[in-house]
Amino acid sequence: MKVSLFVTCLSEMFYQNVAKDVVEVLERLGCDIDFPKGQICCGQPAYNSGYREDAQKAAKQMISSFENSEFIVTPSGSCAAMFKEYPELFKEDKEWHERAITVADKTYEFTQFIVNVLKVEDLGAAYSARATYHTSCHMMRLLKETEAPFKLLANVKGLELLPLANNYDCCGFGGTFAVKMAPISEQMVDEKVRHVEESTATLLIAADNGCMMNIKGRIDRKGKAIEVKHIAQILNSRVEGSV
Amino acid sequence: MAMKIGDKPFFGRVDDALKDDFMRQAMSSAQDRLRGKKISATVEDELVGDWEEWRSAGEEIRRHTLENLDFYLDQLSENFSKRGGHVYFAATAEDATRYIQEVAKKKNAKKVTKAKSMVTEEIGLNEALEEVGCEVYETDLAEYILQIDDHDRPSHIVVPSLHKNKEQIRDTFRDKANYTGTEEPKQLAAFARSQLRETFMQADIGVTGCNFAVAESGSISLVTNEGNANMVTTFPETQISIMGMERLVPTWEELDVMINLLSRSAVGQKITTYVTNLTPQVTEDSIDAPKEFHLVILDAGRSKALGTEFQSALHCIRCAACVNVCPVYRHIGGHAYGSIYQGPIGAVLSPILGGYEEYGELPFASSLCAACSEACPVKIPLHEQLIRHREIYVKEKAKTTEKLAMKTFGIGASSPSLFRLAVKGMPTMMKPLVKDDSISSGPGPMKLWTAVRDFPAPGNGNFRHWFDNHKKGGGTDG
Repeated sequence: MKVSLFVTCLSEMFYQNVAKDVVEVLERLGCDIDFPKGQICCGQPAYNSGYREDAQKAAKQMISSFENSEFIVTPSGSCAAMFKEYPELFKEDKEWHERAITVADKTYEFTQFIVNVLKVEDLGAAYSARATYHTSCHMMRLLKETEAPFKLLANVKGLELLPLANNYDCCGFGGTFAVKMAPISEQMVDEKVRHVEESTATLLIAADNGCMMNIKGRIDRKGKAIEVKHIAQILNSRVEGSV
Repeated sequence: MAMKIGDKPFFGRVDDALKDDFMRQAMSSAQDRLRGKKISATVEDELVGDWEEWRSAGEEIRRHTLENLDFYLDQLSENFSKRGGHVYFAATAEDATRYIQEVAKKKNAKKVTKAKSMVTEEIGLNEALEEVGCEVYETDLAEYILQIDDHDRPSHIVVPSLHKNKEQIRDTFRDKANYTGTEEPKQLAAFARSQLRETFMQADIGVTGCNFAVAESGSISLVTNEGNANMVTTFPETQISIMGMERLVPTWEELDVMINLLSRSAVGQKITTYVTNLTPQVTEDSIDAPKEFHLVILDAGRSKALGTEFQSALHCIRCAACVNVCPVYRHIGGHAYGSIYQGPIGAVLSPILGGYEEYGELPFASSLCAACSEACPVKIPLHEQLIRHREIYVKEKAKTTEKLAMKTFGIGASSPSLFRLAVKGMPTMMKPLVKDDSISSGPGPMKLWTAVRDFPAPGNGNFRHWFDNHKKGGGTDG
């Protein structure tokens, strides 16, 4: 199966290891991965801030880069949701609207792709930890993907997954919201960190680098002994000898 | 003024709110409680069947009604008038209050009792009635508490006194109304009730809002739990009900659906204690109905949304389901919004009704987590409307530096070569800031981030290189 990796700008700039894990996991599942070189950023920072035209520039770049792909897979529910928003972004431009639909229709978040397209739930992964999982808002509410990450994590050997109180509440990232509304964002991420602590987990798993950057940034600042990892990093952890 | 709460600028109000530990505790526990109640009255209630189907029905009813608003308003007005009621279409808040003042003067009214109504808060009706010499009595328990506490303002459209706890209410009653009991809710309610009983019987005019008007019969429907609305509409000889021009349904069949959506979404009740439906029955010998019944239908900015991308904001049935799940409201409470309409729907409605000058910052007070859109029983795409507001706002009011930054973003995000340069150059550029693999104090806009959180150190900027090598069989080491 031919898969184009939409790595996301955050992964490319800050989390290359996550990107590598995504590639390795998908390859192990038999995907032939390509990396469209024209890709940059989905445009969400501009779009969510009200700068529609600047977001359109970013979106056109992405559409041109990905429109010939068979499947587009990205390790971010939020960036995948932005691709799905492209038809709305170009609702007044017939040509780009149609091209946007082509791209939106074949876009999948990483775990969603594995579970719903590849129909695989057990990756033979192993990771020993007491963990909890952060359900990111855009994956849950815009992509409406609530099960895939849990199905995959349930099959990770050695991983104990603990419930996270108020998991439905946003972590306070929200892109530019985190700096535009800094005092409110701070309270939101504080409450999230508090709930993670109360879960007694020592590892927080997330499927979105934006949320991760926010929550990890606060956890580290407070000097808490809680690790934060992207779900691809967990799923690419192996028991020796397994396929 | 009437819609507006407080004089401070937005961030001043937010600061005040964030310092109010009690209020924040009250908000988060109220949200958690209401969430549980709503779930048990919706998705978990077997009698409901598929809650999503109810939401779709609600959306369809609201859309149909708004798309045919002129027809249904006409029908409502005709049927209400046919039975002896008086209908007044108010273009502005001032028109509405002037009309009601005239009625009060003509009736030589001294005492006015009121059921809970946000639209009367919106138009500042209490002050207007006081101007013409009326004593106004709020009879909804929460509104009564706010009124005797020196006219405190509502912090929630369904539970206006959500920001107060029982101890604070006890103290208010003691200080303002010579209460001698404890903070026990039953005692507090009994006290308010005893205070209000006489007033109900003496009132010259009863004022209510309107949850829904029914066009086919010219009726208005009130959804309450305390029974005060029945008292307000039974004793006085004159009744005035005020409704936003969008608050109607075609027939009783749709009313049934909407009441289900409203009570289950607002307070997690299958049905509220009272659903009071009133149709004018004006006859000279009428003893259990008002002899005069006025219906004021208010525009006050609503029609500006008609035919625009904001039309569906008028589908709102004021259940506050979006407020109850909003993580921003959770921390800043209602007053920080500076509008009697708070939370996500407040951030959408307030700029429509009151303009961007006053309320333009509210649409930015959202992380766009979409919990609001998910909760809305009539499927208003609230988070998308917040983005539409932002688009309008930045065109007019954004700082030049921000506009420039976004322009740069647009250029950077459409030029692969520039982006590659940036990714490659970043590690070197940021190196002086990095310590232990993270940045704890950044310059410029990054400062707002690093004031409370660490920022990740950029990676080595070589993913593309790694990928090429990897594809050539260069292994997995980067």
